[in-house]
Amino acid sequence: MAKREYSFYPGCSSQKGASSSNYLVSVQTMCEELDIQLNEIPDWNCCSASIGYAGGGELPRLALSARNIALSEEHNPGQEIVATCAACWLATRETQERLQHDQGLLAETNTALAEAGLTLKNDAPIKHMAEVLIQDIGYDAIGAKVKKPLEGIKIAGYVGCQTNRPFGIAGESYENPKYLDKLVETLGADSIPDYEKKVQCCGGALAFSEPEKSQVMIKGIIEAAYDHGADMIVTPCPVCQMNVEVYQDQINATHGTKFKMPVVYYSTLMAVAYGRSAKDAALNGQVIPAKQLEALAGK
Amino acid sequence: MSDMNKAMVEKYRNSFLSEVEANVEEGEWVKMCMQCGVCAGSCPLGDAWEHTPQKIFMMIRAGKRDEVLASDSMWMCTSCYNCIVRCPRELPITHIMHGLAHYAKRLGIVPQGQPTAKFAQLFWDNLIKKGRVNELKLGLSLYFMNGFGEGIKTSLKMKDIGLGMVKTKRMNPMEMLGGHAVKDLSGFQKVIKKAQELEEARLAKHGA
Repeated sequence: MAKREYSFYPGCSSQKGASSSNYLVSVQTMCEELDIQLNEIPDWNCCSASIGYAGGGELPRLALSARNIALSEEHNPGQEIVATCAACWLATRETQERLQHDQGLLAETNTALAEAGLTLKNDAPIKHMAEVLIQDIGYDAIGAKVKKPLEGIKIAGYVGCQTNRPFGIAGESYENPKYLDKLVETLGADSIPDYEKKVQCCGGALAFSEPEKSQVMIKGIIEAAYDHGADMIVTPCPVCQMNVEVYQDQINATHGTKFKMPVVYYSTLMAVAYGRSAKDAALNGQVIPAKQLEALAGK
Repeated sequence: MSDMNKAMVEKYRNSFLSEVEANVEEGEWVKMCMQCGVCAGSCPLGDAWEHTPQKIFMMIRAGKRDEVLASDSMWMCTSCYNCIVRCPRELPITHIMHGLAHYAKRLGIVPQGQPTAKFAQLFWDNLIKKGRVNELKLGLSLYFMNGFGEGIKTSLKMKDIGLGMVKTKRMNPMEMLGGHAVKDLSGFQKVIKKAQELEEARLAKHGA
């Protein structure tokens, strides 16, 4: 039996053939190594991230996450809910808090959920996978499993927005969170504690609707990593990962830069450091290949 | 002017602040703003806004209804939450911005061609259809949101990014034919429909 069990909310972008399907593969590998069992919430739905507000009013948007929490409470009772996506985590936790503080909205939400035979108790704790790693597992236990230290690789820890604000990781500051750097060091790589763009916004969903404005911000995130001599960027967020990785050619064409900076998930780093194959680490999901990690995984 | 907009103008003739408090998500916080400007300085798209959040809050209190609701400002919110965590008065600024955007949309007052307003609506419509986002259809509907000609141009511009995503199996052309969905789709849609009805009934009580 696995040491720890969680009710798992993977989110739309982690599905097969979706933009962060590689994230899920590396998370599954990481969890195998750390003896974590993820029990997927049956029939979960989209949380509407932070961009559903044009069409969706407050109550319909709350109902989305409320349905997921209710399903989790029914099918995975007593288990903490864990999300790997920053937006999934944020929306679910925001819903829980809003409904804990507003009994009127809670009553309306339950009336809506009753249409599908569901009831919300709303007391399951909601965590980001980073919280599981840092608070439940701890750096020592994470480090103890390292078989191939990521020696000589310099990694910029890009925390981004929604894994960091407004909830963040307990004991970390909003302006200068350090957990990603500590994790990088724990895996044997070199961190960049003074990476000044670590909590800079990448544009989020506005990378689609306001590409020029967002790409200026993304450019800054990558440029600062190069300035510090980074070999790659690591992030805990699917939107950050995609935005910072896939637009580099367009940014190069617009701004005359020569970016080719790999952007990986913390779980990718961990899968490689734990001695797993390139496939288990989902290195084949890199649009910009992380060659140093490929070499290490192939050894 | 939409009927709902007319009714709201009539009801709240003398106080746009009251209108916002009653009808906008977290609107009751607006009067707490002390005009320090930290939100304005913290916004990553600060340069792109017509009015900063600080200005929007003062304009609401000054009754500048048309200027606020037709502003492009709330549509520039990237949901980075910088303003929320820095506000000394703890106003949920991000949520107020989303709430103002939604309210403007509901009243039929959105700057013409506002790309995020369009994208946010496409996102909602996309996720409601199947209960989960279909990224391929969402992307294509975005490229073609300003008509066929521009859609082809944008698609060509984005072609290399799409190919990169397909090659790494992070995009699947087969998603065009259905794609991922929740199993209890009818239950899911009933829940959302009910939530919409309840919210509309509540707002109608505040309205005309």
